[in-house]
Amino acid sequence: MKKKFLAAILTAAMVLGLTACGGSADTAASSDASSADTTETTETAEAADTSASGDLIKVGIINNDPNESGYRTANDKDMKNMFTEANGYEASFAYSLKNDEQITAAQKFIQDGVDYLLLSAADTAGWDSVLKDAQDAGIRVILFDRTIDADESLYEASIVSDMAKEGQTAVDWLKGQNLSEYKIIHLQGVMGSAAQQGRTGALNDAVANDGWTLVTQQTAEWNAEKAQQIVQSVIDSGESFNVIYAENDDMAKGAVAALDKANIPHGVGKDVIVMGFDCNKWALEELLNQNWNYDGQCNPFQASYIDDIIKKIEAGETISEKTIIMDEKGFDASTISQADVDQYGI
Amino acid sequence: MTTKERKRSGAADFFGSLLRKQIFIPIAALLLLAIFNLIADPSFYKITLGYNSAGDPVLSGYLMTILDYGSELAILAIGMTLVTAASGGQDISVGATIAISGSVILRVLCGTNSRPDTLQAPIIVAFLVACVAAMLCGAFNGILVAYFKIQPMVATLILFTAGRSIAAWINNNELPIISDPTFSYFGGFIPGIPIPTPFFIAAACVAVIMLVMKFTNLGLYTQAVGINENSSRLNGLNPAFIKFLTFVILGVCVAVAGLIKVSRLSSINYSVIAKDIEMDAILAVALGGNSLSGGKFNMTASILGAYVIQFLTTTLYKFNVQSDALSAYKAVVVIVLVVLSTPVVRDWFTATFKKIKAGAGRKEAA
Repeated sequence: MKKKFLAAILTAAMVLGLTACGGSADTAASSDASSADTTETTETAEAADTSASGDLIKVGIINNDPNESGYRTANDKDMKNMFTEANGYEASFAYSLKNDEQITAAQKFIQDGVDYLLLSAADTAGWDSVLKDAQDAGIRVILFDRTIDADESLYEASIVSDMAKEGQTAVDWLKGQNLSEYKIIHLQGVMGSAAQQGRTGALNDAVANDGWTLVTQQTAEWNAEKAQQIVQSVIDSGESFNVIYAENDDMAKGAVAALDKANIPHGVGKDVIVMGFDCNKWALEELLNQNWNYDGQCNPFQASYIDDIIKKIEAGETISEKTIIMDEKGFDASTISQADVDQYGI
Repeated sequence: MTTKERKRSGAADFFGSLLRKQIFIPIAALLLLAIFNLIADPSFYKITLGYNSAGDPVLSGYLMTILDYGSELAILAIGMTLVTAASGGQDISVGATIAISGSVILRVLCGTNSRPDTLQAPIIVAFLVACVAAMLCGAFNGILVAYFKIQPMVATLILFTAGRSIAAWINNNELPIISDPTFSYFGGFIPGIPIPTPFFIAAACVAVIMLVMKFTNLGLYTQAVGINENSSRLNGLNPAFIKFLTFVILGVCVAVAGLIKVSRLSSINYSVIAKDIEMDAILAVALGGNSLSGGKFNMTASILGAYVIQFLTTTLYKFNVQSDALSAYKAVVVIVLVVLSTPVVRDWFTATFKKIKAGAGRKEAA
């Protein structure tokens, strides 16, 4: 009897433990990956020390997991192509989708004595102290892709997409469609990320000011499957809607899969307007085929901007603008061309 | 004793024995959810016949959604139940191995081009290759658990952490997209049949495992190993091999679930496909009233448990619960169910019923 009770309690503890493990085990995964990566690069560093001259610029690059999305894959490729020995760099990479792991990676890079720390933060908060450490160690920090809530003096420059502007461009476009009513399914990204905040902010303002209706506003965490389930649930409830505002292409794709299942026409001149972000090549092709209506660009090619800045700093020039906003467009299915797909698709 | 009283005590006995039955838990949970939805909004049960964009008839409604999305979970629950029973631990790598097997399917179907106009191989070939890949992953876990005696959760942690990167590596980090409509049948509808295909696939898997359990000693041996490894060895079983076998069977289940998952969107996203599904699969086993520390199991209860979880998820979506809060609700359900399923609580229930019976008897006598 006592044993049984003990077993039951243990079972309960295990289940609880399991749910708790969900997040943290993931962490272990990415930190594993990052530590593997760093050891790899230290090996190349040694090789470089013995063979090449010592005036390579050491950069530590902290990025999100390249498998997270097509955007990230393109971004990571771009970084890897730019920061090579041929271009005068010795680069170490660390990947994680978790802020605390990224901070650990940053501390490691500071100990390793890199010259530049390039950072795409998973979360906007919590970076002050580690960036101060970097400053004390004489390491220059350049932010790319994501901004953080920290004092401007802590970094040299930040090369970002203006997510709020991306959202605003999209919302302006939607306003321009002059629908008689706006009933919107809003699929959000991972809550708290800059992309989610910027893109949600613009839409929320429009909803408040222009009398638009949000049929549902849910986070699908950049996940197509979740988006499909959320849209499916709205369809099942029988509520009507005419706009899908998905904060990335994957979620728009999941939403469209649910629409197709219920035979709800979508695209140019159809019942439901489909909007996505990021400009994946396949998404732009959907636009070209008139299945979607709008795709907002999120430019992943920051490496050349960063290279520029490092060159300037090395040459002793000062950086005039702290925040550099990249050019970004929004594509309309009725005007997009094959050339756009080839040029801007990622 | 009057007939009336006999009837009443019969009812108490009936409830008492029902409470002790394992399948009571998922059924009770299902009924609770069903009644809640019936009261809150009866339109939950509305099913309509419509047509999808390809012009084929499809049934739609919340119940269909549950049958549809609960199916891959039910398939995984089959394998997870066996693994749990034999090894007394759980495989937490199923989500990652789904990513691997899904990636393999797409790799075989696409060949070297990530956006082929035509399929480069028959779907069945791709599926069989994925089965082999997933069984190898299962075998890897199985060997670590059965022969190296590593804790299942620790052993499967390896693939849990590495699996998604392996999946990405299989396709060179590209995101293949398949345009052939036949591929989408597995996660959608077969033209002319208005019930979602995943449900049929799950039904087939359930039929197969039920037949296997009926005509082989798999169920008996698994339980024997789970209850007492030493005595099962003394009785001529090979506990290590049986544990190994359960992991390989789970591998097959994973490959089937992987096929459904990639078919749903005709594409894959390595870092989010089947995210956290292992937790739901383990939950299904727990909901089925199975002891998570191994031993006796009830397959039907686990499968029912899987659909109950999807029922809960769909209900929460219906009431617009923030989707990132879903896991919190699931956790509450788990706690309640696990506590309810403990012998302590069950004994208390039985004792209470006895008291009621005795009280009724006394009243009758007075």
